[in-house]
Amino acid sequence: MQLLEYALVGGVLYGLFFSLVGIGLNVVFGVLRMINLAHGQFIVLGGFGAWLLYQDLHLNPIFGVVLAVLGAVAVGIPLYWAVVPRLQQSRDPEMLSFILFFGLAQMIDAGALLAFGASERSIPNGTLGAGSLGILGQAFPDSWWVAATVSVLAILGLYLFLSRTRLGYATRAVMANRAEALASGIDVDQVSVLAFVIGLALAGIAGVFVPFLLGSVSPSLGDALTTTSFAVIIIGSLGRPLGTVVGGLVFGLGTMLMETYFSSWSSLVPYALLVIIVLVRPAGLLGRAVREA
Amino acid sequence: MLVVLGLAFLALPHVYANQSLLFTMMTFIALAQGLNLLYGFTGYLPFGYVGFFGAGAYGMSLLVLHAGMPALLAVLGGGIAAAAVAVILGPLLRLSGAYFSIANLATSQILYLVVANPALSPVTGGPYGLKIERVFAPEAAYLTMLAIMLIASAIAIFFRVSRFGLGLRAMTEDRVSAEMAGIDIVRARLIVWLVSAAIAGLAGSAYAWSISVYYPQAVFGLQISVFAIVFALFGGVGTVIGPIVGAAALYALYNAIGITVPQYFELIYGFLIVVLVLFLPDGVLSLLERRGIRVL
Repeated sequence: MQLLEYALVGGVLYGLFFSLVGIGLNVVFGVLRMINLAHGQFIVLGGFGAWLLYQDLHLNPIFGVVLAVLGAVAVGIPLYWAVVPRLQQSRDPEMLSFILFFGLAQMIDAGALLAFGASERSIPNGTLGAGSLGILGQAFPDSWWVAATVSVLAILGLYLFLSRTRLGYATRAVMANRAEALASGIDVDQVSVLAFVIGLALAGIAGVFVPFLLGSVSPSLGDALTTTSFAVIIIGSLGRPLGTVVGGLVFGLGTMLMETYFSSWSSLVPYALLVIIVLVRPAGLLGRAVREA
Repeated sequence: MLVVLGLAFLALPHVYANQSLLFTMMTFIALAQGLNLLYGFTGYLPFGYVGFFGAGAYGMSLLVLHAGMPALLAVLGGGIAAAAVAVILGPLLRLSGAYFSIANLATSQILYLVVANPALSPVTGGPYGLKIERVFAPEAAYLTMLAIMLIASAIAIFFRVSRFGLGLRAMTEDRVSAEMAGIDIVRARLIVWLVSAAIAGLAGSAYAWSISVYYPQAVFGLQISVFAIVFALFGGVGTVIGPIVGAAALYALYNAIGITVPQYFELIYGFLIVVLVLFLPDGVLSLLERRGIRVL
């Protein structure tokens, strides 16, 4: 039973973190109807940001969260205007943006490799609290609890933004129907830029905790993180940011249970979940079946 | 045109000594062409295309190792193995656009993780890979790859000029109208999917034959999908010459600058993709077509 409890508690913490990993991708998709295939690479950049803060400035890596938000604003706004409007006028925005962001992902991969080298960078666990917190007799390092807490806060913040603010209403309107939102006088471009920046910021924030939850950060992690994010948001249905939490939890618990009982097969979990879900319910577990498969 | 291509790769080894470079270039031409068959003519972009390449390589090697088959026959077997994988993955075709691409990527990762799993070491060699050096025959493998490349291009020509190909293009333009016009969409799509997978499988088999000792990562690396996609896009998908030109030009460039510091090349082709999508979504050959030169 000890093993099972360990897997369950660990799965929830891990899963909350992966909700944060995936949610930025989902916000961007919901508003822009484009898949940011460089999502995992932006997470990796967030991780390197935190590592640099710790390594060169001897700051607590938690400040990486602030850095991620600043970085998202600095990168997101020019990037949006450089590529998105042009893509949206092209003949097949969904597929072409997919390919374009893939190219961007390759550039970030290469850039990170040139800048940081291929080796895996880690940050000592103690920097986010030296102890470990137990529940049900199972102890997990503080960094895991911090990561899960920040994830919950970030997602809660997103929820409040979407449900309580004017701009949040506008964002949801664009998610529901872009053309009608435009017709009713919503500044779709403003909403889209904001959503894009929020998506990148959430990716960067998730990245800060990658060195702790995955052990280290390296340029080669990007693609796997993108695929995993996609699996997570597909489970909770694409375009519905809050469904992502369900997706994260399913993924986290699934991975932890597999790791506990069939460890050599656990890396299959995100991919197998992804394929099963898209085949059985393309709209996701929570989705309404509106899309023609 | 096929004759020119064939003669070129027959003659080149006599003037240029690095035969393995030529071999790999042919491999990527075959892969870019096989991917072009699917993406260029049906609009499905298979991100996990390398899965079929790897399935072919392993199918071929396992037939040699466990069934004692002669290499050339095993290469055919590899192609069939990849097509069999495609049959199993057939339901993926129900998905559209990015869903298909990512689900396909996931399946190639699943294949890789299964093949490379230490638990299966006795059968697949697990993470340690396979050795089929006892059938090593570089000349025969070179000619086999040449044949596969020509077959892939011949099929592309067929798609380009035949009624079947016309139907495919109609399908991509407007699914419903094509269906109304009596095109059996499901069947046509499945045929292209199987053919495309078989090409990658054959290429993977011949590749395995040529290198004869390899790790799973060498035939399942995502990089292979990436190269095939970039090469095909660069030349222009939906044409016959596009993928050939794209693969030959970019692979040569890769060899000139990429081998020592691959990151620079990665940076360049990442940038190339971005620029292509924004300004030349139909590839460099579309520059010719804009000037009124018809490209096959």
